[in-house]
Amino acid sequence: MGKEKKVDKGGSNLSRRDFLRGSTAGALSTGLLSGRAMGGAAEAAVDVQILGPEPLPMMLRINGKTHRMKLEPRVTLLDALRNHLDLTGAKKVCDRATCGACTVILNGKPAYACTVLAIEAQGKEIQTIEGLASGEELHPMQAAFIENDAQQCGFCTPGFVMACKAFLDQNPNPSREDIEKGLGGNLCRCGTYVGIRQAVLDVARAGKGGEGNA
Amino acid sequence: MPEYYWPEEGKRSLIGKRHSRLDGPAKVSGKARYAYDTNRPGMLFGKGLRCPHAHARITKLDTSAAKKMPGVKAVRVVQDVGSEIHFALDEIVFLAAVTEEIATDAIRAIKVEYEVLPHFVTEEQRDKAPEAKPAEEEVTGEPNAAMEAADVKVEGYYGIVPIAHCCLEAHGQVCEWEDEQNMTTWCSTQNVSGMPAQFAEKLNIPASNVRAVTQYMGGGFGSKFSADRWGIECAELAREAGAPVKLMLERDAEMTVAGDRPSAYARIQLGAKRDGTLTAWVSESWGSGGVGGRGAPPLPYIFQVPNRRHQHTAVRTNRAGARAWRAPRHPQACHLTMGVLEDLAAELRMDPLDLFLKNVSIMGPRAKTFEEELKKAAELMEWKKKWHPRGDSGSGRVKRGLGLAMHTWGGRAHRSNCELLVYPDGSVEAKLGSQDLGTGTRTVIAIVLAETFGVPLAAVKVNIGDSRYPASGASGGSTTVGGVSSSTRRAALNALEQLFAKVAPDLGVSPDQLEAVEGRIQVKGNSGKNLSWKQATAKIGVNPISVTGANPGVGKLNDSGVGGVQMADVSVDVETGLVKINKMVAVQDCGLIIDLKTAESQVYGALIMGIAYALSEEKIVDPVTGRILNANMEFYKLPGVGDIGELVVHMMKGRRYDERGVIGLGEPPVISPGAAIGNAVANAIGVRVPYLPATPDRVLSALEKGGMA
Amino acid sequence: MQAFEYVSPATKQDAVKLLAGAGAESAVLAGGTDLLSLMKDYVIAPKRVVNIKSIKELQGIRYDSRRGLKLGVLTTLDQLLADKKIKQEYSSLWQAAQGVRSPQIQNMGTVGGDLCQRPRCWYYRNGYGLLAMQNGKSMVLEGDNRYHAILGNTGPAYFVNASSLAPALIALGSRLKIFGPDGAREVDLQDFYLIPTKQGEREYKLAAAEIVTDILVPPASRRNNATYEVRQKEALDWPLAAAAVALQMDGSRVKTARVVLGHVAPIPWRAPQAEKFLAGKTIGEDVAERAGEAAVTGARPLSGNKYKIRLARVAVKRAILRATGTEV
Repeated sequence: MGKEKKVDKGGSNLSRRDFLRGSTAGALSTGLLSGRAMGGAAEAAVDVQILGPEPLPMMLRINGKTHRMKLEPRVTLLDALRNHLDLTGAKKVCDRATCGACTVILNGKPAYACTVLAIEAQGKEIQTIEGLASGEELHPMQAAFIENDAQQCGFCTPGFVMACKAFLDQNPNPSREDIEKGLGGNLCRCGTYVGIRQAVLDVARAGKGGEGNA
Repeated sequence: MPEYYWPEEGKRSLIGKRHSRLDGPAKVSGKARYAYDTNRPGMLFGKGLRCPHAHARITKLDTSAAKKMPGVKAVRVVQDVGSEIHFALDEIVFLAAVTEEIATDAIRAIKVEYEVLPHFVTEEQRDKAPEAKPAEEEVTGEPNAAMEAADVKVEGYYGIVPIAHCCLEAHGQVCEWEDEQNMTTWCSTQNVSGMPAQFAEKLNIPASNVRAVTQYMGGGFGSKFSADRWGIECAELAREAGAPVKLMLERDAEMTVAGDRPSAYARIQLGAKRDGTLTAWVSESWGSGGVGGRGAPPLPYIFQVPNRRHQHTAVRTNRAGARAWRAPRHPQACHLTMGVLEDLAAELRMDPLDLFLKNVSIMGPRAKTFEEELKKAAELMEWKKKWHPRGDSGSGRVKRGLGLAMHTWGGRAHRSNCELLVYPDGSVEAKLGSQDLGTGTRTVIAIVLAETFGVPLAAVKVNIGDSRYPASGASGGSTTVGGVSSSTRRAALNALEQLFAKVAPDLGVSPDQLEAVEGRIQVKGNSGKNLSWKQATAKIGVNPISVTGANPGVGKLNDSGVGGVQMADVSVDVETGLVKINKMVAVQDCGLIIDLKTAESQVYGALIMGIAYALSEEKIVDPVTGRILNANMEFYKLPGVGDIGELVVHMMKGRRYDERGVIGLGEPPVISPGAAIGNAVANAIGVRVPYLPATPDRVLSALEKGGMA
Repeated sequence: MQAFEYVSPATKQDAVKLLAGAGAESAVLAGGTDLLSLMKDYVIAPKRVVNIKSIKELQGIRYDSRRGLKLGVLTTLDQLLADKKIKQEYSSLWQAAQGVRSPQIQNMGTVGGDLCQRPRCWYYRNGYGLLAMQNGKSMVLEGDNRYHAILGNTGPAYFVNASSLAPALIALGSRLKIFGPDGAREVDLQDFYLIPTKQGEREYKLAAAEIVTDILVPPASRRNNATYEVRQKEALDWPLAAAAVALQMDGSRVKTARVVLGHVAPIPWRAPQAEKFLAGKTIGEDVAERAGEAAVTGARPLSGNKYKIRLARVAVKRAILRATGTEV
């Protein structure tokens, strides 16, 4: 492997080394990192590819299917899903890792898609709400949400369903207290928590948490 | 014309039962497309540049760098140099670009400078306000003399701070022009039928050329009736760029400019006889409606104290204008009134439940219902067993207390039109220019249709959320279910009349002898003599039966005026000031219930929204910058699954309620929770926490002032 | 978010070179739960983001009865919570991680990210700078400071350190291993943090091209340790005040104590008065209460956060009681 790789820069001939030379000047006024500048080390070669900032090819594994697209490194997984793949089940609400409306399951664990870069989600198994049902057959958690009317406007619902599903996968026999402590990463404005709490309990009692297209 | 009525209890197979919402599968599977989820071919992304100052004049504006950026397709200055900005995050420029990232970069590339002007945002200090609208005064009886003569008087100060709507789906839309004269908008609105006229006027095209679509919408709570400037600008960007544009508000703008429930503060004096009979009320209240500065709470609330004076001052602030927030003005009035009533009861060492019951005669036209609801709620809360006099809650660090409150609301059905088609193959389709905010509108329409035709729910198709359908009112003020159920019932009865006429000869009776039940058209009282629904509709001929039903307003099918009582059981940790909900009880009437499940959901949801504004959510307004400091979901604190305690909902049912017809339910149950919780906190800790939300700082400060910390 | 170039090195040596290459215009990406928000809000706008999650040696929890616990900086909160040893012996740490009431954050957020997250101060996050100075005056003092500092707040810094784990880790006497262009160094976690005194200073000492690699926690040695957070919500919420204590017992008496407060000062706040007071005492409600009082020695309320003094006191008291087995 060469010390410096040519990077996909949409046809540019600039090498990464050239870029490094040009980019060492000036500190950010926002004071991101206030330590000493490391100008000298900038020339040190590394055996690793620097990507972007221009769009570059990416590959995401979503609901068992591989999707290819060109994205900038700054595009979040949520924006990739919603703006580039038309998978709009995960919602953009707070966009700051608080409300849970964008919850997807990454390698089996719930995560905020708004706070994962698409580029770092490559190589992971991404499950979105669109991939939860098996065809027309709803996952037991989805069915329980309907039965318990655990939704009103429905905007928090996909994120909540994913969080509840992932929660039960980890805690198949939760008490009400476990549920109350374990689902703190999602918020609803219409006030559907009574139904949500019951939906999780119902699925747990039926022992169906792990069923479905997990 | 047939007679319009609701079937009696024994004859209802669907109405009043529990039904899961019909759009549940779409919502739980992520298939439901909201405005925010609309993706159109070639669609651009719109973003706005917003003013960081609460009051300022624009002195320089240069959009040239943004315009030159590759991928930027349209830039529109909405407020140019010289414009005075009256609140933070007001929009200056909107633009559209091929990706969301480029649009964001382009916004950053705009150069803007401001002359910062003095602002006023803290309306509680109304004496410092540069502008407070002249007070209105309302007087009944002889308040001064009655106060003078009262056996007992209490005086208190109460306040409820401004909150946001915090719709999870931000305000916004996608706009797309088919040609120069025709535009479609997929918008997040409570007012589908009202959108075309609003867009058309500003876009200078006929309203008939605008189509608005809202299949699903992610919360409005009263803040989404208008096309709004961002809507118009989105359409203009799309027109300019020749491509569809999506423009949804960023979260900080959503929390700052797209919804504000006005605050209310009041000094109240209340006089009563020794036995608790209320005799005199004197109050002075004030609050903000932002730049509009309006919205007086109706005081005293419910209790028409015979001698009363009320004065309200609307304080103008440099905050975005108020928007209707679920039951506008009522939660404020309820907190202020129920607070002083509870304080009076404490002064009298009287159980507030008894105080309320003592004054049933001044509760207005719904007094009898209130009395019934008070008793029902008390039973569900085990009030008499659990209640203790104020502050008598033991020596531990966690004090438990009970509180109660009551509310009223109109909820009169809005005007609504339903177009109904019954096809020869038996299929049924209704079209209404209404919208489902999550209240269950779609489901209610289907229930009414299926009930009227005697067919299963799955056999009817409901089309809503499109301005091309017959106009229905906006979903505000709890008017929708009354409106759409009435128009749908009327349309369905009109259709049945035609159908009966077609099949009567076959069954050898006159049409008025027929009824539609259990999938059949049969002779009344003779189920053996019938045609199946399919056989019957086959007689229609080639063209479907096509009828309309119009709800003209008040009628036999609906009514106005409901009541509700709520009780709260809370625990307060007096070391930390943290309040936890143990249990809440809500007893509510709303006339004839169409879908018990979604009706109860409305009440559960209202309790939770109430817990939010009672304990944690508030717009934190910064005196220094005039901005909302917590315009996010991190410090704008909404409760989670574990913050609500046990909730009990009881809907009043039976002939007395059914015969009133349908009455709206969205607003009423959200009125009382704050007051009930506030009163429970006072009962628990022995002192009044004057403000909602009762956050730890406020609880501890009240304890300290009361000498109890 | 400003556009950036992205790189995901496999070794810490490469990471450091890549960080150095972009000077002060680079940022380290681990869990991302804070970094992405900072970037979306343009509080920071790095030109290069160095994702360190592919560096294997920064992962994993190792335990050795002699040296104690070694947490790779990429250890996620949920890995920490799943560790039995931590739950049993380092309960203050376990409880602190559990206080982050979002499974999503627990899965994504790393120990290093928790320690290096930037303050949540709303002036800072709204772009007014870490010290929130306007016309030579602090906006915090005249503005809304209900969540700001009550200790270490002589100015100009009034924000609070937001780390959930730092109080527990400091109470347990943890050290950080840091790797940079000049090789590895170790620092006491407590000394890692500082209260900035002028514009441009950051609240912890990490040079531009340095990364934290490990957190070294000495053996618990049967120290009774616990964390108590005062949070408004059961759901994800920032504590209003928190305290972590570690008590070395001698029979029923405290031999030595460490008391550290969180969310009340620009740094995790060590409370030496409380520690001194506790030495030699037998723990009971009264002693815990008085230790709480000692812990807030020198606390100074701003215009809107007096209540936090009380909450800090209560947090200390309850952490002590919890550490000694009393349900609080």
